[in-house]
Amino acid sequence: MVPVYGKSSLWEDAVTVMGKTLAEKVWDAHVVRRGSGAEPDLLYIDLHLVHEVTSPQAFDGLRLAGRPVRRPDLTIATEDHNVPTLDIELPIADPVSRTQVDTLRKNCAEFGVRLHPMGDAEQGIVHVVGPQLGLTQPGLTVVCGDSHTSTHGAFGALAFGIGTSEVEHVLATQTLPLRPFRTLAINVDGQLRPGVTAKDVILAVIAKIGTGGGQGYVLEYRGAAIRALSMEARMTICNMSIEAGARAGMIAPDDTTFAYLAGRPHAPAGADWDAAVARWRELATDPDAEFDAEVHLDASELTPYVTWGTNPGQGLPLSGEVPDPERIGDENARIAAEKALSYMDLTPGTRLRDIAVDTVFLGSCTNGRIEDLRAAADVLRGHKVADGVRMLVVPGSMRVRAAAEAEGLDKVFLAAGAEWRAAGCSMCLGMNPDQLKPGERAASTSNRNFEGRQGKGGRTHLVSPLVAAATAVRGTLSSPDDL
Amino acid sequence: MEAFTTHTGIGVPLRRSNVDTDQIIPAVYLKRVSRTGFEDGLFAAWRADEGFVLNLEPFRTGSVLVAGPDFGIGSSREHAVWALSDHGFRVVISSRFADIFRGNAGKQGLLAAECDQSDVELLWKLLETHPGTEVTVDLREKTVRANDFTAPFAVDDYTRWRLLEGLDDIALTLRHAESIAEFERDRPQWMPVTTPARPA
Ligand code: SF4
Repeated sequence: MVPVYGKSSLWEDAVTVMGKTLAEKVWDAHVVRRGSGAEPDLLYIDLHLVHEVTSPQAFDGLRLAGRPVRRPDLTIATEDHNVPTLDIELPIADPVSRTQVDTLRKNCAEFGVRLHPMGDAEQGIVHVVGPQLGLTQPGLTVVCGDSHTSTHGAFGALAFGIGTSEVEHVLATQTLPLRPFRTLAINVDGQLRPGVTAKDVILAVIAKIGTGGGQGYVLEYRGAAIRALSMEARMTICNMSIEAGARAGMIAPDDTTFAYLAGRPHAPAGADWDAAVARWRELATDPDAEFDAEVHLDASELTPYVTWGTNPGQGLPLSGEVPDPERIGDENARIAAEKALSYMDLTPGTRLRDIAVDTVFLGSCTNGRIEDLRAAADVLRGHKVADGVRMLVVPGSMRVRAAAEAEGLDKVFLAAGAEWRAAGCSMCLGMNPDQLKPGERAASTSNRNFEGRQGKGGRTHLVSPLVAAATAVRGTLSSPDDL
Repeated sequence: MEAFTTHTGIGVPLRRSNVDTDQIIPAVYLKRVSRTGFEDGLFAAWRADEGFVLNLEPFRTGSVLVAGPDFGIGSSREHAVWALSDHGFRVVISSRFADIFRGNAGKQGLLAAECDQSDVELLWKLLETHPGTEVTVDLREKTVRANDFTAPFAVDDYTRWRLLEGLDDIALTLRHAESIAEFERDRPQWMPVTTPARPA
């Protein structure tokens, strides 16, 4: 009998086994060894993505123990968190960043891991690189020493972030001892209105369930609005599952998924393709499967969302006003709001549309893909970035950059007065020189608005690429309708 | 991880309680990219004092640290264990350890041996009156011996088993290498590999 995790199993022997969810199917297909009692399951990992920040001690651990990387052929590395986005042909100026990047290069050479270094055509943010190479596929288990690994769940993969000790564990064994997650269905029914994007959906989801609402769960995004989204939009949604506290987010693969994958460098081809698609079609959650919890959202009610506070759950429709903490019932939420408003230097009652920014950041693993750049460029075409505002456009990968240049998007950004940069994490976390100065305020298409995330003392409003572009033109938080 | 059955080395008396991980290794030493070489950070603030026990012969080369209660409190940094190991310690003896420190130590092959405080006091006296005395820590017997002194110590059974077998988490998983290999044989051959790439 197949164990069904996460639910009471009392009745399983008496009644027929219930259907399984997408997450349960992928989990069950990867159990190398079922744990008993306190012992966790041992799960096989199909794809391990590596970057320079969380891997050095893991490689060093292997070296000390005299262990090889078990499956270099299931491992791939890229340089992203530290890399500068200007003058990329020069050595990295910051010695700490340079050491981390050099260390990754040495480790990959020594252990035989494929690496896409700065300047390489395939270099970019780890969560942009995997999908664009066709390595991220439905039904896989994908890990990376980075919490936004949840991005890859858009393909129906079970993908989650891990710590440095676990990175070493996967390098050495290609497995992880894990206890099953619970499942939470996020049903987004109806149809999105024009100008409302995947980013607005996920910001609304997080505002609804809270930054802890997904704790312990794998989220599965379902419903007509999700089915209608492109792969890139689905990645934006799954990417921010972590901001809702979840370990992973998933979307069942369908024809949209297969069309995206077909012909990519690492996608199966010929007879393999048919075999793969047949398998992938079986992954969708069974009609009689039960989730541990469910949430419903009506897509047709959504409008562009922006955050006003210092966690991603502190978001509101752009048409709203900065909330008054006095009117928040829950004490913890009220205190958090007060702290956030003081850090953000905002007054209750201010219209969100009146908030002026110094900086607009378009990029990151949330919104640094070609569709995001296209959407923003469409808004910017024929407009200028407002005086006193700087706009940074940082493609998620060098391939995205090349694709954008082939379409002439770089010209649109430059003509509008934006800066056109090389690929990397950049101002998403400010580990490279792209940072906010103390007190500066940004509209950012990234995923975290924590205090100091984009630079010490910097203030972040999370927005969609459309809102980012319109904001750049008007200088205050805006949607394209305001232009 | 190297198996630990019994270890003999010079005992180092550290007459302090509440030794927190910021004292064991300050944050400025956490930036490096290696998992080795953390010994320069070990007790960095205290070592600035020439009279600090680790600056004195014969304690410099000690490998059994005998410390006061509540050793390893504070942040969860695994670097605290790395620093002690890198310096050459194989055992820390204390009457009480912080949980996270004890867990981290167990992962990295450093034995955190819990003795009664009265026994710690006797050891301190012995090590101070006869500097350079060797202490033998026997994990099978769960005893600490030095000259005529013998005392029992406590360690949880799971950690003891893993240390005696020399098993870290990875080694434990590798015991199932056959199951992993079997699983790999059954994976469909069309599943993606990162090398070599077909041209885009
Ligand atoms: S773009 Fe930002 S969130 Fe994404 S991997 Fe880089 S630093 Fe992390």
